[in-house]
Amino acid sequence: MHAVPVILAEELTRCFGAFIAVNRIQVTVQPGEVFGLLGANGAGKTTAIRMLCGMLPPTAGRIQVAGVDMVRYARRARGQIGYVAQRFSLYGDLTVLENLKLQAGLYGLTGDRRRDRLAEVLRLLDLSDRREVMAGALPLGYKQRLGLAAALLHEPRVLFLDEPTSGVDPMARQRFWELIYALADGGIGILVTTHYMDEALFCDRLALMQAGRIVAEGTPDELLRRPLPTPILALDSPDAVAFEQLAQRWPEVREIIPHAGQLRIRLHAGTDLAALRMRLDAVAAEHHLTVTGVRPVAPELEDIFVAVLEENEG
Amino acid sequence: MNAAHASLIRLRTLLGKEFLQLLRDPRMRFSMLAPPLFQLMVFGYAASFDVRHAEIAAVDQARTPATRALLAAVTATGHFTMHNFPDMAPAKVALDRGEIRAILRFAPDFERRRVVQIISDGSDSNSAQMIAGQLSQTLQQSARLSAGIDPPAQIEERAWFNENLDDRSYFVPGIIATIVLIITVILTAMTVVREREFGTLERLLVTPIARLEFLIGKLAAVAAVGLFDVALISLIAVAWFDVPFRGNVIDLLAGSLLFLMSALGIGLLISSYAETQQQAQLLAFFVIQPMVMLSGFAFPIANMPEGVQWLTWLDPLRYYLVVIRDVFLKGSGMGAHGFEYAMMALLGSGALLLSLARVK
Repeated sequence: MHAVPVILAEELTRCFGAFIAVNRIQVTVQPGEVFGLLGANGAGKTTAIRMLCGMLPPTAGRIQVAGVDMVRYARRARGQIGYVAQRFSLYGDLTVLENLKLQAGLYGLTGDRRRDRLAEVLRLLDLSDRREVMAGALPLGYKQRLGLAAALLHEPRVLFLDEPTSGVDPMARQRFWELIYALADGGIGILVTTHYMDEALFCDRLALMQAGRIVAEGTPDELLRRPLPTPILALDSPDAVAFEQLAQRWPEVREIIPHAGQLRIRLHAGTDLAALRMRLDAVAAEHHLTVTGVRPVAPELEDIFVAVLEENEG
Repeated sequence: MNAAHASLIRLRTLLGKEFLQLLRDPRMRFSMLAPPLFQLMVFGYAASFDVRHAEIAAVDQARTPATRALLAAVTATGHFTMHNFPDMAPAKVALDRGEIRAILRFAPDFERRRVVQIISDGSDSNSAQMIAGQLSQTLQQSARLSAGIDPPAQIEERAWFNENLDDRSYFVPGIIATIVLIITVILTAMTVVREREFGTLERLLVTPIARLEFLIGKLAAVAAVGLFDVALISLIAVAWFDVPFRGNVIDLLAGSLLFLMSALGIGLLISSYAETQQQAQLLAFFVIQPMVMLSGFAFPIANMPEGVQWLTWLDPLRYYLVVIRDVFLKGSGMGAHGFEYAMMALLGSGALLLSLARVK
């Protein structure tokens, strides 16, 4: 049985004048799911997330958050969401506790519930011993955690994280993701935007945006299994540098990426792999170069995305 | 929990946050106290249209008993410090250098022509007028007395409400109005723009608060600061500068609240055009300056060209000044201010509605 999705957006569109920032996208996030929204700057991620949070009314389309219509009942729907902005957007001239109390008041928390929730988020994000510190004086990692604490106070059904780990050190990122998983296990739906491909792999489902549209979507496994229109060969050779120079201008070679002591040769669609291997061997013999091994490699997520983006641009 | 109750909790929370931020920021505390006190000192002590101890050159080329009597009469007023010059040339030099404010000259043919010449420094037109007026009044009176003429009518001058025509009593209540305007317009514009600049406004709008709740919290906090300044300056005016307070506090409060509607609306309107706090400050300055000029704070509206006089009808400060000066000096009561209240309510609602439409 399928639960009610915590986010259900259909045909979501936003225009700024003649510019279509978001073009008829569909987004569905189930409870307990971590949904990753990827894309370059300007692809429409931020506009999409702003509409889903109720900060920006859509030009067309439908949004439901935990079953509540975001366009018609924006304030009730907003009570169901938690939002962590890309940059710190709580009050730097208030202490950690004052900021959290402010959020508690804005979400209408009172009495025992308020006290319990304040204690809970302070514990969960390990902020208890900094509760009297001015938020503006916190180190970046702590600011991030305060942002998350403020977003979790009212026990939202869905959490929006806009590039939550940019600028945070790897250890803190690791801890942050562990927390995200714990929250998702508790049944919260999470929509996260990120630049980091390794983080994208942590998501249950991914959508790649380009020019306002979602151009690829699926679980990381599904995306990785997509046939790559531009095959990749890995070439192991002690003479990698020489090979790179020789093969650079071959018509079937699209790009050569030196990668961990080997060359990853990205080829144009429809390249005859057998013919190319023979050509490589011939060149190796002619220039007295050694080839240790040549084999097609499984693409990584980034390869898939680059191919999808190129396809759409071309 | 019903919706109204939740809304009240949010409003209380927002107000608490605004006060916490206002009172915590040392710059904010400074700007709530320093400008009112500074302006009070300037206008209370320095600003005055009165002519006292004006340096005057006396050029008596006639040297008759009559001229000596007239000069003695002028000296006796105590408003002037007289310097005797033998002829016009050095007196002109002194006027050029600004060492004296006017020349009082009796030409050699005074006995025959009976003409007294007053030459004043028109580069400071206001003082020149006052000095010339005071001199000629004194001279005429003294001339009449010595001639033993009974004038057809005696003029008896009385100034009501400000019996000594004390400029301080005129200016100090006006400072309340200008200070409240400056503080509340700038504070509203700056704090709203700051929330936008730091992204905290956007963060607030993801919570269930309504835009109106946010604005009410903001404006109520600024209004409280404005009323605090009204009370502070009023107290100092009465206790320190001996300005009378003849009206009632309710009249002052009602006038202040109605005026605050306009000031807050203007501040909010400015915030909708400014992207940074500096821009907000600059815009506020451009708006406040003409409002003060047109209000009658320093220059009487009746002296302005007719077109400009029409413009002053749109200046809420104009009406607030009337109410405030009446409250302090006349004590005419609330009944006398129906028109001022109505105009401020009208302009205030206009400014608030316009700004609300812009902020959305």
